[in-house]
Amino acid sequence: MKVTVNGKVIDYSGDPQMPILWFVRDELGMTGTKFGCGMALCGACTVHLDGQAIRSCVTPMSVAADKSITTIEGLGSEGEHALQKAWKTHNVPQCGYCQSGQIMQAASFLSQNPNPSDSEIETAMTGNICRCGTYTRIRAAIKTAAEDLA
Amino acid sequence: MSAPFNPSRRRFLTASAQTSGLLLTLNLLPAAQLMAQADEGEGFMPNLFVAIDSDGTVTVTCHRSEMGQQIRTSIAQIIADELEADWDKVVIKQATGDPVYGDQNTDGSRSVRRNLTRLRQAGAAARQLLRQAAAHTWGVPVDQCEAINHVVTHQPSGRSMGYGELAQTAASQTLPDPEGIPLKTRDQWRYIGKAVQSVDIDNVVHGKAVYGFDVQLPDMQVAVIARPPVLFGTVRRLNDEAARAVAGVTDVIRMPALEAPALFKALGGVAVLAGNSWAAIKGRDALEIEWRNGSNARYNSDDYMQQMLATSRKSGEVAREHGDVDEALENAAQRITAEYTVPHLSQAPMEPPAAAARVSADSAEIWACTQTPQSTRREVARALGMEESQVTVNVTMLGGAFGRKSKPDFSVEAALLAKQSGKPVKVLWTREDDIRFGYFHSVSAQRVEAGLDADGKTVAWLHRTVFPTISSTFDASQTYPSAGELRLGFADNPFDIPNMRLEKGQAKAHVRIGWLRSVANVYHAFAVQSFAHELAVAAKRDPKDYLLELIGAPRHIDLPGAGVEYDNYGDSLRTYPIDTGRLANVVRIVAERAGWDAKRAQGRKLGIAVHRSFLTYVATVVEVEVDERGSWRIPEVYVAIDAGTVVNTDHVKAQCEGGSIYGLSCAIGQITATDGVIDQGNFNDYLVTRINQAPGSIDVHIVESDAAPAGVGEPSTPPFAPALCNALYEATGQRIRELPVPLRLSLS
Ligand code: FES
Ligand code: FES
Repeated sequence: MKVTVNGKVIDYSGDPQMPILWFVRDELGMTGTKFGCGMALCGACTVHLDGQAIRSCVTPMSVAADKSITTIEGLGSEGEHALQKAWKTHNVPQCGYCQSGQIMQAASFLSQNPNPSDSEIETAMTGNICRCGTYTRIRAAIKTAAEDLA
Repeated sequence: MSAPFNPSRRRFLTASAQTSGLLLTLNLLPAAQLMAQADEGEGFMPNLFVAIDSDGTVTVTCHRSEMGQQIRTSIAQIIADELEADWDKVVIKQATGDPVYGDQNTDGSRSVRRNLTRLRQAGAAARQLLRQAAAHTWGVPVDQCEAINHVVTHQPSGRSMGYGELAQTAASQTLPDPEGIPLKTRDQWRYIGKAVQSVDIDNVVHGKAVYGFDVQLPDMQVAVIARPPVLFGTVRRLNDEAARAVAGVTDVIRMPALEAPALFKALGGVAVLAGNSWAAIKGRDALEIEWRNGSNARYNSDDYMQQMLATSRKSGEVAREHGDVDEALENAAQRITAEYTVPHLSQAPMEPPAAAARVSADSAEIWACTQTPQSTRREVARALGMEESQVTVNVTMLGGAFGRKSKPDFSVEAALLAKQSGKPVKVLWTREDDIRFGYFHSVSAQRVEAGLDADGKTVAWLHRTVFPTISSTFDASQTYPSAGELRLGFADNPFDIPNMRLEKGQAKAHVRIGWLRSVANVYHAFAVQSFAHELAVAAKRDPKDYLLELIGAPRHIDLPGAGVEYDNYGDSLRTYPIDTGRLANVVRIVAERAGWDAKRAQGRKLGIAVHRSFLTYVATVVEVEVDERGSWRIPEVYVAIDAGTVVNTDHVKAQCEGGSIYGLSCAIGQITATDGVIDQGNFNDYLVTRINQAPGSIDVHIVESDAAPAGVGEPSTPPFAPALCNALYEATGQRIRELPVPLRLSLS
């Protein structure tokens, strides 16, 4: 099968059941996408499949056939994404481990809802855990990015 | 030239030439350890390097674990300040991979706390060298040369040279006595005490930061281990046929069985090795193992809690006493008793433990997200039968730690497997592994009894604490809380009560017990600060006023003078007294910021708690709103922190935000055991705070202080749960004495 990762077409002939997470990390060596739970409970592994945020830890490669995967490494390929900028403005990260997933989730959300309310932000981000507790800054950074994109 | 300054005593700084400039090397071990190292005839082993290149770049190479507290940024900030460096020309490098950097342990908050002065002196010494170099070049007196923002200027003539141009000459100057150089005054600080951005932030937001989970080595195998479900269990029978049949699986290896004490040894079980993570995980799922569980299979956490409570109702061993509690209780106008329980918790860092190892006949190299490279090195050497000098430990970024990654057991696993398989091995812990096989935060039962006089003043306080001790992990015969744990919010009770007795009770551990962010402070603060609120209610007083009354007049509490074993977090009581004035001060500040006395929006109520830990004073006000179905949320949180001198204000704010949210997680999470097996396994049954439960806003006020710098990573966690429960009481009349707090209260 063919799959596009960050704009590059790749031939994949491995186990179709292998979650996208392990494919990008182990086979492509792109480790920006993180493992946090393996059960779609934490969002650390969030990537985009044809622009939609998905949990790559539970999404098998078979689903990605002829589709396009974007990982944190490929986000904002034309310069820095507004969210990445906003993340820096608000000094969001602490340990940083959850932040690829947070940013990828927020990016897909903002692309569908460019002008979200507080409660819409909360609903969209509830699946992404941050054990360092950066939530108040995540909310603020998403708003800043939304304004920036508007 | 590389003669260390004053080798006999403070051997922490040297200066030397490097190819294109000046190199300063520092050893930031505590003075006592430095001296011991010198006594043992060991050479100068620096763990921090500051290089100034001919192009002016200042490179700070720091061998420190980064786990979210931005320690490397803080260290660079301090040096750059006294050096008068331009922050844009400062580069911070991670010292991963090079044994020359040594691998000294220093935990995050301590490395700044203990080294603020030395870091400043090092920066000042370098600045002095640059001034000397300029004076030498121009043939003018040093005191006419001023070094400001990366440039040295000869005041009378206005001539100037950049740091880069001077670096080489500076390297041949004589290093001044660092203690003789005047340091900047606080108002001259350029970076210390400011909100400087983390040096890692670019890598993080682009997914380029490398954590333990991310390590890749040539020819590396990934291992996932099936560990005995009950502590000290062993494999009775193994069928690995199906596991070996999984495509990609390369080997199945039995781990050595674990014998007590648990220490930092591998837990035992069966490892599946594979060419990729997915195959290893699938392979492990396919193992058929029959376990021999041993005596810990009798561990049921509910029964155990009842036993601990029963213990707390009987006299224990006295840890601290003054006055006559029994008589005072006897004569009290009102007697109040409450029992508080807190379950086991798991640190659950976002990145589960992971370590990679490469082992040859005479050396081993480890890559791990460890808080403690030094003990990693020791334990790996022990497990492999090597000398410590044969083991190199590379510290990656840490995806959170909260105490879990101060235990090197996962590196030991990787080392054993690399040795046995003959290939580099990375051990990955899945979330289930992390939650089921951790070093758990101790489970706790406490009973507090107080007597109030006719005016509602507390005149007697009897507090008993019962919990299995962390010491049991190192010596299975230990069944009493250690002095090191009692000092965490129990023995150092700050209340001014004429009759007080504090007792400890016995409890045997059945799981590995370990540190979790702020450790025993979590449950001690919960009991003490909840009970303070209960007393205010009994006395019909405002909880904040009553709390201040309990704290009493500003004074320094002299525990050693009262015969109490107390080590004050390893620092002197002269520098870091237990200062009730500072404790009361944060209470007043937080109350004012929260608008304690003002009317709140309909249905919103406040709770307050205060706690000193890690030499820092934190008061927290939590605002709750409870709907008619009993669901609660937290619109606002206010935190006031007095951590003495603060290096980076934004990092302190971030730590207080994160520490509060971690405190909330501690209030809603629980680990239980049935027949010795942990019941939880992932974020579906081990609840942690999500964004929809997180406070709407967290206002952090940092008290400006000249006092010595104190811890900031942990102290905001302990007061959170009691402040929350006190607020919930105000909102519902329901007193929560048993954690976890249900996400929905059953309202009567
Ligand atoms: S790792 Fe995929 S959601 Fe947690
Ligand atoms: S920043 Fe550490 S888990 Fe989110």
